[in-house]
Amino acid sequence: MAAAVPLAVLALLLLGPGGWGYAEPLRDSLREELVITPLPSGDVAATFQFRTRWDSDLLQEEGTDHYFLRYAVLPREVVCTENLTPWKKLLPCSSKAGLSVLLKADRLFHTSYHSQAVHIRPVCRNARCTSVSWELRQTLSVVFDAFVTGQGKKDWSLFRMFSRTLTEPCPLASESRVYVDITSSSQDNETLEVNPPPLTTYQDVILGTRKTYAVYDLLDMAVISSSRNLNIQLKWKRPLENEAPPVPFLHAQRYVSGYGLQKGELSTLLYNTHPYRAFPVLLLDTVPWYLRLYVHTLTITSKGKENKPSYIHYQPAQDRLQPHLLEMLIQLPANSVSKVSIQFERALLKWTEYTPDPNHGFYVSPSVISALVPSMVAAKPVDWEESPLFSSLFPVSDSSSYFVRLYTEPLLVSLPTPDFSMPYNVICLTCTVVAVCYGSFYNLLTRTFHIEEPSTGGLAKRLANLIRRARGVPPL
Amino acid sequence: MGLLSDPVRRRALARLVLRLNAPLWALPVAWLERTMRSVGLEVYTQSFSRKLPFPDETHERYVVAGTNVYGILRAPRAASTESLVLTVPCGSDSTNSQAVGLLLALAAHFRGQIYWAKDIIFLVTEHDLLGTEAWLEAYHDTNVTGMQSSPLQGRAGAIQAALALELSSDMVTSLDVAVEGLNGQLPNLDLLNLFQTFCQKGGLLCTLQGKLQPQDWTSADGPLQGLQTLLLMVLQQASGRPHGPHGLFLRYRVEALTLRGINSFRQYKYDLVAVGKALEGMFRKLNHLLERLHQSFFLYLLAALARFVSIGLYMPAVGFLLLVLGLKALELWMRLHEAGAGPAEVGAASAPGTPLPPAQGVGLASLVAPLLISQAMGVALYTLPVLGQHVATQHFPVAEAEAVVLTLLAIYAAGLALPHSTHRVVSAQAPDRGWMALKLVALIYLALQLACIALTNFSLGFLLAATMVPAAALTEPCGPRPFYAALLVLTSPAATLLGSLFLWRELQEAPLSLAEGWQLFLGALAQGVLEHHTYGALLFPLLALGIYPCWLLFWNVLFWK
Repeated sequence: MAAAVPLAVLALLLLGPGGWGYAEPLRDSLREELVITPLPSGDVAATFQFRTRWDSDLLQEEGTDHYFLRYAVLPREVVCTENLTPWKKLLPCSSKAGLSVLLKADRLFHTSYHSQAVHIRPVCRNARCTSVSWELRQTLSVVFDAFVTGQGKKDWSLFRMFSRTLTEPCPLASESRVYVDITSSSQDNETLEVNPPPLTTYQDVILGTRKTYAVYDLLDMAVISSSRNLNIQLKWKRPLENEAPPVPFLHAQRYVSGYGLQKGELSTLLYNTHPYRAFPVLLLDTVPWYLRLYVHTLTITSKGKENKPSYIHYQPAQDRLQPHLLEMLIQLPANSVSKVSIQFERALLKWTEYTPDPNHGFYVSPSVISALVPSMVAAKPVDWEESPLFSSLFPVSDSSSYFVRLYTEPLLVSLPTPDFSMPYNVICLTCTVVAVCYGSFYNLLTRTFHIEEPSTGGLAKRLANLIRRARGVPPL
Repeated sequence: MGLLSDPVRRRALARLVLRLNAPLWALPVAWLERTMRSVGLEVYTQSFSRKLPFPDETHERYVVAGTNVYGILRAPRAASTESLVLTVPCGSDSTNSQAVGLLLALAAHFRGQIYWAKDIIFLVTEHDLLGTEAWLEAYHDTNVTGMQSSPLQGRAGAIQAALALELSSDMVTSLDVAVEGLNGQLPNLDLLNLFQTFCQKGGLLCTLQGKLQPQDWTSADGPLQGLQTLLLMVLQQASGRPHGPHGLFLRYRVEALTLRGINSFRQYKYDLVAVGKALEGMFRKLNHLLERLHQSFFLYLLAALARFVSIGLYMPAVGFLLLVLGLKALELWMRLHEAGAGPAEVGAASAPGTPLPPAQGVGLASLVAPLLISQAMGVALYTLPVLGQHVATQHFPVAEAEAVVLTLLAIYAAGLALPHSTHRVVSAQAPDRGWMALKLVALIYLALQLACIALTNFSLGFLLAATMVPAAALTEPCGPRPFYAALLVLTSPAATLLGSLFLWRELQEAPLSLAEGWQLFLGALAQGVLEHHTYGALLFPLLALGIYPCWLLFWNVLFWK
């Protein structure tokens, strides 16, 4: 099962010669593709990618200015059609033609996993990078669930998934293709049948394994013309066993441990399931300031032994200004689980700083894990412009490893929260107590008492005193 | 409960201890895993083991090893930050298999729905509460009770609410709901209201403490029945033991309830569909919650499902009881001052040349010995029974569990002999002021303890206050001593426990004979010690280290010479 990860709104703007492509890009081009991957559990994953490029007049400055590197996470965002509609508007063909016809909200949000992304980056137009094109890449991945969407059936077709079929390519697109992963059918004698039979196939190394894809090119008239529409069907020939899905080489899990409202511990488990190769990962944690981290409690253990990170960058939080930033380079031994844990104390917020639903808890953003994962099969470096878009999702740096960036689950931490009907009661009560009790007590305690003698004598005495004062004698 | 007398049971236990690691009945882990996976859940297992401090005779277990199986239904498109739990505890035999069946059926039904916003964890635990405790500790990555367990592979964020299900047959006549948790913690009242709403909707018959809900509150019967239910709840809460697996969740601030299917001889029966519907409704409601249940109803006493006594009403009762102690202490303080002033003046008049020791100093120094000795007695009561069980079994023909209980009683009774031993230590100066000072300290000590207990576990605090306060206030070394002694013994913590057991069974309409009561008492002692070690229940240390030494102080006061 695909563990659902949140829509992490990641705005990464990198200025400088660090762009990936150097070849002469096409001007104002659109490439679109859809990759369908049947999973062994009977679910099916579909990934749309749209890439648009256009020229810009922005001139490249010398050097990279790191002050423009920004990272922000909104851990609470729940995806819904409000996210999809503006996203679709960025597409040149909107949802009128081409692959984007399939983007029907009611089907896309009937899935068990949904991930939507927008990447913008500058691409150099020549080797010296004096002029720049902009690239807008939009991806949308969904996993259709055999239990919910498929009502228990594990045979899929485009119509079953999206309740639409493909009829025409987007007229603006220079490339419009559908890839279907048929690795399992090509390897062990036909477990999966794809209909209509593909005209061409494509082989590549994705995520460290060799994959075979059936390719349907919408710009090729033969694909659509036979029945005026393309409804790709997947049929499993043998019933699937309910076995645990294969485990990726690198995966991670995060949780809060402990109980009570004073202290806690943030733990991140990093799994390296590779049988014999160790590899380093870069772990980036941003923790809100109201969790006060005890940095001296940071421990990393792998296989029962302490694991010293080769690099640590820690930027402490400032109350109400900036979160903690913790970045570490950790070597993961082969076939191991590493536990990174750090204790924290929950801060008391000011009463205006609580959210309108304070008892829900506060979110802590996911950790980001970046790694070069060693692959089992040697892959040749990809030619960015020629190969399909999806092969650059997990770019191969050299022949033996590929790049992966993982986001763990966000955490929900409850902070000590006052009962918000209380302040009113407390204020009323305290004011009354102060006014009545304290006031009168204070009055009693600070007042000095004199016994006042009754004035006797009246006028005669006053007169006598006046005379005595005039004579300089003490009064009666 | 053949704790002392039944040789057959003792032999059975000995046999059990011999085959420590061969459980009589084991959870069909592989089958459960397969079934849950075929339903479409993410399935994980957790193995745990725990060596109890001494053999548990009630459940016939000593070294416990088991496996918990749980499946997580991932909410579609959500990020696994929150979850709900449905748990079914499985005991040493297959008594709860109907509940497992219902759990699997619910899992299959829930899996096909798309409206889930929180993950749902379906948990089947072995060795009932021990398994639940092991799972909870592993889920929160803490170790409170020394449980050894494998770490969990799968998690689903912060648990928001949990329901535990116990069914003994596939037809039920009524559903009993249990709220009292570990150390008298209670779930939020809104969860109970939710349950009641769905019971009414589905026409299910609900009971509380095994009592039907009184319909007619205007006649005398209704309130009387309510009072019975209330008393039962007070006794349950005061015992501080989890009244179902839900009780262990409360420590982690997870609102939880246990639902028990009761199959009695009533004519109208419900099948599991009705129970399942109620559960589905509750889960959907909890799924829609945007916040935790947090409104202030965490402290209540239930007279019926729809009627509760809130904290504002019951707290003054215990407050007034404690006021007695406070006033008595104040009175003693005044008398002590007068008594202190009196002899000092007399002494000054008769022998003005000799410097007198300060009046307060004498009183306090004479207090140190009784205080220390009684506190040491409490520590002995707390530690020795479990530590000395092996020595006891070597020298006496008893099993470990019996050894623990008998040592407990022996030390408890030995404490009664204390006044005779402390007297040698106490200086004989000003005998009257000595006991007054001691009683003053004891009164304040008791009042403080009871106030703290009443704040955390009202029922326990109230029960102890109601029994101990009159005796504590009356006790004096002068006056009718045998009467005071009898009163003190009758209100000692152990006697209160015995009395509560009789009252409890009386209220449940299953009265006890004296012999049964005694057996039940011995069993309760063993359970109390065990629950402290296995779940972290606080009743035993509270009584042994706090209340019992304090009671001994009063006993000392009574026999002051």
